[in-house]
Amino acid sequence: MTDYQGPLPQPTPETKPFWDGLKERRLTIQRCNDCGKPYFYPRPFCPSCFSRNVSWFEASGKGKLYTFVINYRPPPFLGKEPSVLAVVELEEGPRMMTTLVGADPDPAQIHCDAPVTIEYDDVTDEVTLPRFRLA
Amino acid sequence: MVPRDLRGTVAIVGASEADEIGVVPGKSVLTLHAEAARNALDDAGLKKEDVDGVFTAGTNSNLLSEYLGIVPRYTDGTSVGGCSFILQVEHAMLALNAGIINVALISHAESGRSRIGMGGFGSNASQPMGQFETPFGAAGPTTTFSLPATRHMHQYGTSREQMAEVSVATRKWAAMHPKAMMKDPITIDDVINARPVCWPYTLLMCCLVTDAGGAIVLTRSDRARDLKKKPVYVLGTGEGTEHAMVSMMADMTTSAAARISGKAAFEMSGVAHKDIDVAELYDAFSFTPMSALEDLGFVKAGESGPFVEKQRTAPGGDFPMNTNGGGLSYTHSGMYGMYTLIELTRQLRGEAGERQVKGAKTGIAHGPGGYFFAGATLIAGSEIP
Repeated sequence: MTDYQGPLPQPTPETKPFWDGLKERRLTIQRCNDCGKPYFYPRPFCPSCFSRNVSWFEASGKGKLYTFVINYRPPPFLGKEPSVLAVVELEEGPRMMTTLVGADPDPAQIHCDAPVTIEYDDVTDEVTLPRFRLA
Repeated sequence: MVPRDLRGTVAIVGASEADEIGVVPGKSVLTLHAEAARNALDDAGLKKEDVDGVFTAGTNSNLLSEYLGIVPRYTDGTSVGGCSFILQVEHAMLALNAGIINVALISHAESGRSRIGMGGFGSNASQPMGQFETPFGAAGPTTTFSLPATRHMHQYGTSREQMAEVSVATRKWAAMHPKAMMKDPITIDDVINARPVCWPYTLLMCCLVTDAGGAIVLTRSDRARDLKKKPVYVLGTGEGTEHAMVSMMADMTTSAAARISGKAAFEMSGVAHKDIDVAELYDAFSFTPMSALEDLGFVKAGESGPFVEKQRTAPGGDFPMNTNGGGLSYTHSGMYGMYTLIELTRQLRGEAGERQVKGAKTGIAHGPGGYFFAGATLIAGSEIP
């Protein structure tokens, strides 16, 4: 994994628990304790009702493919083959951007709303990226 | 005061591109700005000394003012993507009406192709985009502008052939524009079989990358009537912003920013959709103006695909759209919104030459900012209804 040359996220205090969780193979996101709504990306207040009464919880890592594109000339760190950039909708509701891995980059083989599951990619000793694959 | 009271209070009195646009490796961004600004002021019959409001995006507005040698009373550098200049028409209208300024210059330039004197672009690794999009392969417009298109195809059955209709129609308009970069006719098959860039788009569904500049000048309507050319009245304006990362777009088949912006502009103008004679809808990709047709209310959600079939938006079609040849075939330096304003002005003055839409009196310019992050709309007319 040490040969990874791609961009790395630089966590802030607000997002560190999310990135720390991934290193331990957990997808940790937040929920509002007042209105009950789960949300992503991390921030110390609820983007729906503005409450500061929020907490972290472990999401299932399952969801569905909301949308995707097949990049025929991906940035070099993703290799030379076409790469699938995706947005997944987690079972709990929030959406996140990811890379769809393990799928044939063929529009006839990839469909919106297909079930997906998380795959933890340790790109460096410090950073684990959440990728997804078709379930 | 309500927005309707502002209808027709200000007018576009000057509009122009830089001296040359397309591939211009010999000029920096600031020079392209200066050429566009000078040409637009000439077009209005105004002098640099008349300008007391400087509006721009992408370039610092104080740097632009310094370069042009203007010390403005009012400046605005709101930068929310390619629609920023359309949005600044609303801001200029407010400053002009408040009496804070008398002449607003809105200027755009980018050396998008040659990268001469361009500043940096992008976000650092600790910002949300750097953490939650870039590491996964989000790599600029071809990837991020395309995600909504795939969802729209899935949800409504919108096809790539329908998107190709837009590319073909837009090319026909470009053939009639002296400054357009791509003029050779293309077919639906050419578009579908062009080099794949990022599914669902091929090269001919993507906008150009050029060097260019453009500017417009506005003043209050009472003064506009005494200037060189026929005023183009600002009848309705609107703006909105929804998100800053495409992955946070609430529903990828519809832009909240575009809906808010379009609704405000139509309400202020009192203009009905059927009275729009010409539409300049930012075409970063073939699907982009299709989504605008839906969000602005020309068609219902999901109906833009069938609407653009049979070359409806081409010369001779019943919905003239992107009559300058658009970002797809005329020019696209980066923040294309400015060119919707220039072309709308020319069409409503009746000076679009061969591509003139006969009898065009009322028109619309609209653009998204970023990947549907923001939206801005202008409805303008050669008369105040």
